[in-house]
Amino acid sequence: MAGSGAPGLARGKEGEKLRMLRGRVLLSRWRPLVAAARPSAEPRRQFRTGTFRQRGRFQEFEKEMVKFRKRLKEALPGSEWNPLNISKDLPPEQADVVIIGGGVVGWSVAFWLKMKEPWRNALQVVVVERDLQYTKASTVLSVGGIRQQFTMPENIQMSLFSAVFLRSINDYLGVFNQPPIDIQFNPSGYLFLASEEGAAMLEENVKIQRTEGAEVSLLSPAQLKKKFPWLNTDGVALASYGLENEGWFDPWTLLNALRRKAVSMGVYQSRGEVTSFNSFSREMMTADGEVVKLSRIKHVNVQMPDSTEYSSVKCSIVVNAAGAWSGRVAELAGVGTGSPQSLAGVKLPVEPKKRYVYVWHCPDGPGLETPMLIDTTGAYFRREGIGGNYLGSLSPTEEEEPDTQDLEVDHDFFQEKVWPKLAHRVPAFESLKVKSSWAGYYDYNTFDQNPVIGAHPLVENIYFASGFSGHGLQHSLAVGQAIAELILEGEYKTIDLRRFSFYRLVKGNKILERNIV
Amino acid sequence: MAAPMALRHGRVFISLLRACSRNSSHSTAPSTGLLKRRGLLQYLCDRFYDIEAFVDGGMKLKSWNLERKNKHYIQICERYGDNLAAAVFALMLKGGIRFQGQTEWYRERNEKRYCLEVSQYQGVPLEALDFSGSVINYDGLGSLVNLKTLKYLDLSRCPNIDDWSLSRLHVFRDTLQELSLAGCPQITERGLACLHHLESLKRLDVSDLPSIANKGLVRILLEEMLPQCEIVGIHYDDELPLCLEDDTHQGETEELQGVACIWKNSKIPA
Repeated sequence: MAGSGAPGLARGKEGEKLRMLRGRVLLSRWRPLVAAARPSAEPRRQFRTGTFRQRGRFQEFEKEMVKFRKRLKEALPGSEWNPLNISKDLPPEQADVVIIGGGVVGWSVAFWLKMKEPWRNALQVVVVERDLQYTKASTVLSVGGIRQQFTMPENIQMSLFSAVFLRSINDYLGVFNQPPIDIQFNPSGYLFLASEEGAAMLEENVKIQRTEGAEVSLLSPAQLKKKFPWLNTDGVALASYGLENEGWFDPWTLLNALRRKAVSMGVYQSRGEVTSFNSFSREMMTADGEVVKLSRIKHVNVQMPDSTEYSSVKCSIVVNAAGAWSGRVAELAGVGTGSPQSLAGVKLPVEPKKRYVYVWHCPDGPGLETPMLIDTTGAYFRREGIGGNYLGSLSPTEEEEPDTQDLEVDHDFFQEKVWPKLAHRVPAFESLKVKSSWAGYYDYNTFDQNPVIGAHPLVENIYFASGFSGHGLQHSLAVGQAIAELILEGEYKTIDLRRFSFYRLVKGNKILERNIV
Repeated sequence: MAAPMALRHGRVFISLLRACSRNSSHSTAPSTGLLKRRGLLQYLCDRFYDIEAFVDGGMKLKSWNLERKNKHYIQICERYGDNLAAAVFALMLKGGIRFQGQTEWYRERNEKRYCLEVSQYQGVPLEALDFSGSVINYDGLGSLVNLKTLKYLDLSRCPNIDDWSLSRLHVFRDTLQELSLAGCPQITERGLACLHHLESLKRLDVSDLPSIANKGLVRILLEEMLPQCEIVGIHYDDELPLCLEDDTHQGETEELQGVACIWKNSKIPA
């Protein structure tokens, strides 16, 4: 019965098509007449999109060229080298600012430089990134959290600024004629748990956070139990819960939005690795009679990927936003290569540290109200979507710090360290199934786990924006603005970040952030 | 107060006009007569950057207007208190208000009249606010955060209410009993998750939210999260695929539709 109708319909459709065709044939008969009526001023153009048919010898030449290219490809496997095209990722020969590292911090600096430049195209900004697939970049391998529950006023202010930015992201990063940006923000808050020993400190921290304007509430174990019935409150004396502007979002969307906007404003993106700097130096004597060597970077040498070709970019300012590898970049620029006791011997203490993230499925786990929970032991987890998936991990202690050569995941670490802690805190996690996992790098500041922001005393034209120790994503937007202010106006305007300068490394003053996750 | 703002934006607009003439893309258009008779599209195409600048300016004007409408009435707040400031704010956005003890919504549109009439209610707590269909956004909710007695809040069909705005509602955790978010195009399940603060909520209207994907699951999760609250507007079987394909089942369509109707109407006991 159902089948009988369909052929009839099809026949009807075909009939209609035939009729239409006939109509077209009829019309085409009149076309010469119509054409004659119109005075034709120009010869008719050809509307062919394919290649023109050419004379015989050109055809031969084309064929030979194709063969030649094929042979070349066989001779140089894995190379994109091509005799007729130049590399498309080649940076320009000169630029005002070269930003090393195309992670979220690098692009944020580029965006803010372009935003604050006095007139259009006043600055030529180049962002050098060695891997545009971002396979090892900390930005996209992060968990994507944003919180105000820090203990340093600067960190709280930076997070608040980033929250405002993310809230009005379409005003900042919207590009004409492109769809609006949805960063998938989950405003679920952070819940910090504190044991007996940590309770007093937690209360003090909350006091600092409230004076800076963060909305944080303190919860007793009884209140916790009422609010989150799935939580085991053994060993918890106090908890602080962020009410506004805290949660998590999609880092990849933010990175792409920043990149799209910056490129639309005229920032060059270059694929390549910075291998060396050409700098020029002169010796000067301080008031104490000590001789110091001041240097200035003249050229940044960028090596193209998969080839020995490199190009040298003449520049006036370099921004080191290379994240976990910024220590190495700083060393190339001559930071910390002098004698160990002198100013020239102070290294940028930023190293890559590997951190695992595990995703698990637990059908009876905590529900929609689940915040980003940070246990008294340092283990954390959050909800991922609404299908009963969770993700979380724990920072390993200094003794069990894993090897940072590759991004392999240690599954025993979850079994032995993370799971027992989480299952103790949330009894529903007794039964769970790990679905996937990944590892990413922290740009870990071994000195005091706080970022190094600002200029270097000896290498005059290098600016640092690295060492965020896991907070780079949420602070990137504020730091980009701060660096842009420092470069264009010479001082911080919105948030004073002088405490994060390189001088604290020279003087040995540690500034401590107690809430490190 | 708005005058300096308007002046500032006016200056932006003038500089934009000037920039238009300077950066006009007209000179880059092909001068030789490939296309002698220009259509409208060709004209628009030649002036792409000018039109971009105009559209951009229009957008800026729009967002400035939105900002202006959502600003906080500080003077009224200082003189008459938070309740009256919120009441005037709601009436300005063509909403409705209800003070404690009233049974009827008050929806006066004449500015002079309502300013006079509302001022009589100084000291009476504001109980209900209706912002349905207005342009209220995150900043506008800032006028309400100090209300201690709000029981009913209607934000239905507000195009500018998003997940960030919902995270601001935690201030009504002890008082708010009814909340309507019906038809807000920007709200997703991510924002609904932070309604768990509202512990005394009795009724939540979440009908017709186009940005939520798995509606049945969201309803279940919302019920788990707010056990004391009645969730209206999402059914368990929403978005379950109804196998209706006109071409293959031509004869059976009617019958199937009947089945679907029954299936839709039968409520699963909660």
